[in-house]
Parts: sequence; structure tokens; C-alpha cells
Amino acid sequence: MTFRYTEIMREGLWTNNPGFVQLLGLCPLLAVTGTFINGLGLGIATTLILMASNATVSLIRNVVPQEVRLPVFVLIIASFVTAVEMAIKAFYFDLYLVLGIFIPLIVTNCSIIGRAEAFASKQPVDKALLDGLMMGLGFTLALTLLGGLRELLGHGTLFAQAELMFGEDSHLTITVFENYRGFLLAILPPGAFIGLGLLVALKNAIDQRVSARPVEKPIQFTTEKTSEMTQS
Amino acid sequence: MEMKQLLIKTMSALTIAAVIGAALVAITYQVTRAQIAHNERETLLRVLNEVMPPNLHDNELSEDVIEMAHSTLLGSPEPQAIYRARLNGQPSGAVLSTTAPNGYNGRIKLLVGVDLAGKVLGVRVLSHQETPGLGDNIEVKRSNWINSFAGHSLAEGGWAVKRDGGMFDQFTGATITPRAVVQAVFNTLKFYKQNRDQVYQAAPAAAQ
Repeated sequence: MTFRYTEIMREGLWTNNPGFVQLLGLCPLLAVTGTFINGLGLGIATTLILMASNATVSLIRNVVPQEVRLPVFVLIIASFVTAVEMAIKAFYFDLYLVLGIFIPLIVTNCSIIGRAEAFASKQPVDKALLDGLMMGLGFTLALTLLGGLRELLGHGTLFAQAELMFGEDSHLTITVFENYRGFLLAILPPGAFIGLGLLVALKNAIDQRVSARPVEKPIQFTTEKTSEMTQS
Repeated sequence: MEMKQLLIKTMSALTIAAVIGAALVAITYQVTRAQIAHNERETLLRVLNEVMPPNLHDNELSEDVIEMAHSTLLGSPEPQAIYRARLNGQPSGAVLSTTAPNGYNGRIKLLVGVDLAGKVLGVRVLSHQETPGLGDNIEVKRSNWINSFAGHSLAEGGWAVKRDGGMFDQFTGATITPRAVVQAVFNTLKFYKQNRDQVYQAAPAAAQ
């Protein structure tokens, strides 16, 4: 099966989003999304690891014997996760203190081994790299949307602790509601489940509305396009 | 014969992957090691300075450290680090690590700074798993509550939350967490009072 670049992009960001559609990596998705910045930090780390592991798996896909491909993939992913963990600990120490155990736990995020096995091990390196980037961005999108939602409802702020990522001088934190008493449920684990459920429902509603939209364009236009596609 | 070839092929693939993976981790470790040690030290120093004002000591707190254990007063059977402050070579205070074993959700690790006489200079939470939005008000980032210990000493009494007749506020909806912290600070002060001579006389632990 070959994929076009636009298709890979749409898959990762929307139609096959790891957070909203595949529902993979739920443990970090639900656990660290107390705030927008936490979600963004873990999203970026996951994206880096997805790209590195996808590219590596694709490069060695014809060398590694089928029988041991999974242990080899696991070794690759574990090494990259450890390296990224040390890098974050060295250069974003405060963020490391916040994300803590969830960085090493990226290793157990099944969307990473999932993409290695389902996509990267069968595709050329450029497409595997793009797939890693898009799946990572899709996951980041899910993490930040859920984090932003919970932070807004729970604390009444957005982008709190942005200085953990962008340095002391960044003044990105927005207090949306002054004197907000806080909505505890949004911050607690049940809030994560409810928030994720709402976001998945929202995505499905958008998809339904799009597919229900009547096709206004003349029919011959579509047939032309299909014949073009079969030729290429 | 074919079986043997397959075996060699798979084993070499696994070996090569393991070697490359280990090499990647080893190289990253070498590159980041100094920076990570620096970060950890900076963080410790920052917290130490928050509970021990710089004008009260002129020694390197993080280097004048001993370890003592007391399973009830310091909350854990494990040895806890005690950083000793000195001014012109004379003891001027100490920062004691301690644990509140009875938080709402597990142990709360604390640093308690005291002056020579045993008056609290400051308290900071190092780690906890208390409920976000309720119990985590013990963090200085979230509320000013933890600073209410400063200036108090054992002699005053009233070492309990207000609901239990003491002098410290509890949080709306969370009494267990502040109660545990108050109790731990109280116990630390008792430990300091009982062991003050030992705290300052013990030989420092080997450099870590």
C-alpha cells in the first residue's frame, strides 16, 4: 500500500488521530493533561520519539528479520525515550519535575510501537518520518486541547507555568476568570475522562456534519477525477 | 542448516540493535550528565536557601550534611539528610529533611529550616501526591499557607490545625493534608530539640 503525503497528514491529525480516534496512549493523555503546558511538553517529547523511532524502523525494515522485529523495535524506542528523558532533564529541568514519570512512560505508549509496526516497517523513510511527525502532532493536539479545556474549567487560567518551557521572561499565562474558585472535577481524573469523551463526541459530530453535507458539484466532475486517479 | 542460519541472523540483529541502543543512551548520558547534576544541585540549593536565609550562614549548606534516622519523629525509618548552617564556623541553624507519613495520599516529603534555638525559619514541600486543587495548597506555588510556620517554635504550643484547636489554618475541603504537615513539622522540632548536640557535632557524611 502506498500513501500520499496529504493522506498521511490528514490521517495523523484528524481521521486517525492517536488521541481521539485510535484512543492510544490514554495513560499519559489522561494523567498529564491538568494544564495546557503539561500537555504541550509531553506532546513534543512524544512527537520527537515517534519521528526518531519511525525513521529508524523504516531505515532498517529490510535488514531486520521478521521473527525479531518487535524486540528490535522495542529496543529502539526504549533507547530514544531514555535519551529524550535525559535531554529534557538537562535542558528543561523544571518541566522534567512536572512531567516526571510520564517521560519514561512514553515507552509504553502503544501508539509508538503501533506506528512502527503498522506503518514505518512497511514504508520508505520520508513517509515514515512524516507519519511520525503527523501522528505526534495529532497526539499533541489531543493533549493540548484536553489540557487547555481542563485548565480553563479547573483553574480559570490558560497557559499557566508557561515559563517551564519558554523561560522566565515569557508572560503567556492568561487569567480568564478573575477570582475563580476552581472547578475541582475538571482537574481530577474523572474530569480527564469526561473531557476526553466530550472532545471525541465533538470530533464525531464535526465528521458527521461534514459527511452529511449534500454534494453540490455536478457528478461528471467526480467521475473525471476518479479516472485521473486510476491512470496515475 | 537453514535453522542455524536463521538463528544466527536473528541473534545478530538483536545484538546489533542492543549495542546501538546502549551506545545512544551512553552517549546522551555523557553529554547531559554534567548539566543534569548541575540542575539537581541548583534546585536543592534554591529550596535550601528558601528555608535558611543566606545571612544566617556562610558555609556551603549542601556540603555540610549528615544523615540521621528516627522512625517516628522524622517520619521514616530511612536516614534523612540534615544540612547544617554555620556562621564564622559556629552552628547557626539546620535544615532537616523529614517525611509526613500520613498525608491524604501517601507520604509528603518536607524540608524544615530551624535556627539554633529551634525557631522555624521556613518549611517547603519537596514531593507529595495530594489532591490537585485541594491538598496541593501546601505547595508554595499554589498558596502562602506553608509560610505560616515561619517564626513559630515548640514553646508556643498550638501545633495543630484550627479545627483541632491549634493555630494553623486548614484548607476548605482538606484537613488531612495540613494536619499531616503540621504534625510532621512539630515532630521535626521535637527531634531537633532532643538531638541538637548530635546534629551539630556529628562528622559530615562523605562527599556525595
